[in-house]
Amino acid sequence: MSIDALSAILLIPAVSAALLAIFPGYRLTAKLNVVAALATFLTSLSLFVVEPVSGQYLLVDDLNKVFIVLTTFVSFTTSVFSASYIQHEIEIGRLAPAFLRFYHAMYQTLMFAMNLALVANNIGLMWVAVEVATLTTVLMVGIYRTHEALEAAWKYFILGSVGIALALFGTILVYMAARPVVGEGLDGMVWTVLVKHAAEFDPALLNVAFVFLLLGYGTKVGLAPLHAWLPDAHAEGPTPISAVLSGLLLNVALYALLRFKMMLAVNSAAIAPGPLMVTMGLISVIFAALMLYRRRDIKRMFAYSSIEHMGIIVFAFGMGGPLANFAGLLHMTMHSLTKSAIFFAVGHIAQVKGTQKIADIGGLTATNPVLGWGLMLGVVAIVGLPPLGIFMSEFLVVSSTFARAPWLTVILVLGIIIALGGLFLRIGAVMFGEPKGKTAPAEASYVPMFTHLGLVLMAGIYLPPVLVTGFQNVAKLLG
Amino acid sequence: MSSLQFDIAHLLAGSLVLASFMMLYQDRLYALLNVYAVHAGVLALSVAWQAYVQQAPHLYVTALIALVFKAVIIPVALHRIIKRLGIHREIESVIGIGLTMMAGIGLVALSMVVMLRVTPGADALAREDLAFALSVVLLGLLIMVTRRNAVSQVVGFMSLENGLVLAATGAKGMPLVVEISVAFSVLIAFIVIGIFLFRIRERFDSVDVQALDRFRGERR
Repeated sequence: MSIDALSAILLIPAVSAALLAIFPGYRLTAKLNVVAALATFLTSLSLFVVEPVSGQYLLVDDLNKVFIVLTTFVSFTTSVFSASYIQHEIEIGRLAPAFLRFYHAMYQTLMFAMNLALVANNIGLMWVAVEVATLTTVLMVGIYRTHEALEAAWKYFILGSVGIALALFGTILVYMAARPVVGEGLDGMVWTVLVKHAAEFDPALLNVAFVFLLLGYGTKVGLAPLHAWLPDAHAEGPTPISAVLSGLLLNVALYALLRFKMMLAVNSAAIAPGPLMVTMGLISVIFAALMLYRRRDIKRMFAYSSIEHMGIIVFAFGMGGPLANFAGLLHMTMHSLTKSAIFFAVGHIAQVKGTQKIADIGGLTATNPVLGWGLMLGVVAIVGLPPLGIFMSEFLVVSSTFARAPWLTVILVLGIIIALGGLFLRIGAVMFGEPKGKTAPAEASYVPMFTHLGLVLMAGIYLPPVLVTGFQNVAKLLG
Repeated sequence: MSSLQFDIAHLLAGSLVLASFMMLYQDRLYALLNVYAVHAGVLALSVAWQAYVQQAPHLYVTALIALVFKAVIIPVALHRIIKRLGIHREIESVIGIGLTMMAGIGLVALSMVVMLRVTPGADALAREDLAFALSVVLLGLLIMVTRRNAVSQVVGFMSLENGLVLAATGAKGMPLVVEISVAFSVLIAFIVIGIFLFRIRERFDSVDVQALDRFRGERR
């Protein structure tokens, strides 16, 4: 079998994970990690040029191309950030060099698992990939081995395990629904086959299956009320992992959910998955927006902001239709870029100040102007102020749904405004208050952060037509 | 399929639900582990019977994993961990036994109603299997939410997982069943190793509110 781009985006991270587990020396491994992530990203770009042949196990279509390119890009920039972040952690002795080998190997294993989940054509394979991704992030969240980190990892572990267990039950039910139509064996779990025949499946069984899948994968998306693991895991793990969790892993779980939504949409007798998703999305938005007001830990605060944004995205996809889907896709992309940029800034800030407590950080724009203004720009973007990309995607979500469901959209807008107030209230003192904490200059790598923010700014002002037509195609696919 | 084959499958799947109920009212950790070993043993029998009935030899592998790994290795390992870490051997439950049992009965009734109603088309064996499996899954969840100790939560999770394996083997001809049961075994091994490495004695909640605040990163 010749190696095409499809197998390469799986092989590169898998091989590098094995290599990184062997090589000593964190400087070398950090560089190798960056190189491997860059190679995966470049390979994923080639998917647009030559489309590999999809088989029974792997699949590439317009939908997952978007997810793959976004995932590999953010993985690459995060690996650049991670290199400078980790160096500082080694210097202050928070992480032992021995752990670094493990950390980098896990980083690449996570990349492998996420890519596998995205290209899997087999719903069983997809489930296994999501489970592997969960396990690797659990290990990385607990890497500091403090009491708090271990408990966060434990909580994430138990809740994540219940989530994937429910998702598996849903997957088995889908197979049960498919079996009378497509027959026994492998075909009953191949997504492309399932979609083709979904119209003849037993609708009642599909309904129950979707409820389990929504609860299962929804836990991993971080939808309220299943979100309890998310703030802890974000706050206690290393910041590069917070960036990857928020920016990518939530998207991967959402992708799994979207695949099943597409399957249900084919069967007209089954329940419409939309209203369920809209409800959970709105609950997440309102809940997370209110929770923002009483946060004292800066990473935890941005974790709640991630719940809010995942809520908006799920709301948009739940409403459906080409326009709302387009808005949801755009919002997902913008959120991934912005939130990881924010975590890049927060990671360096927490290192400079030696704390994550909001009360102990102050006057950043005076003490560390580049980091301070970088974070400020990120916050302005994430609350959805013009002219940045999130303003545009939120505007699109609202305008595309307002005519169909005015009251729901009003609730959504209310949630967005409450979140805006909460974030500004908390971030004001951090930015402009009197300087607090250590004021050492940061040894930061600013490139990843400003690359992301630059892209978000550009998207807010001008979206390239190629991107627009690409997203429109995907939005049509999502139905 | 002869009615004897059906009856035996029915008996084994029903015994699994019964074992789940027995786990619900244990108030000693060692006893809970012993019942779990029985649970896993019944699962192994049930899977082996499915393998025989469906003439699917690969399911014997799943049965063997259940017998060796879940019914022997894991309970023995947990026994030793409890001794080594000096974990409290009584199980604190959130609500009383009576209420827990009532909730369990309600959950089983719910899963029967849901599954039997939505699967009129499937063959009888798969239907009943699925209904029993959902009961075991829900009872596993109930054990997890009503117990405070980390170890008993893990045992609850493992019984939930047994329910999933029952469902997967009941779905005739389902691919990847062996792979999935291996993946789950890896997950469980991770959890057990995690308990040991991280020395998790109990769940972290305590009456000490300050400890809770510290953990949440929200100390004033």
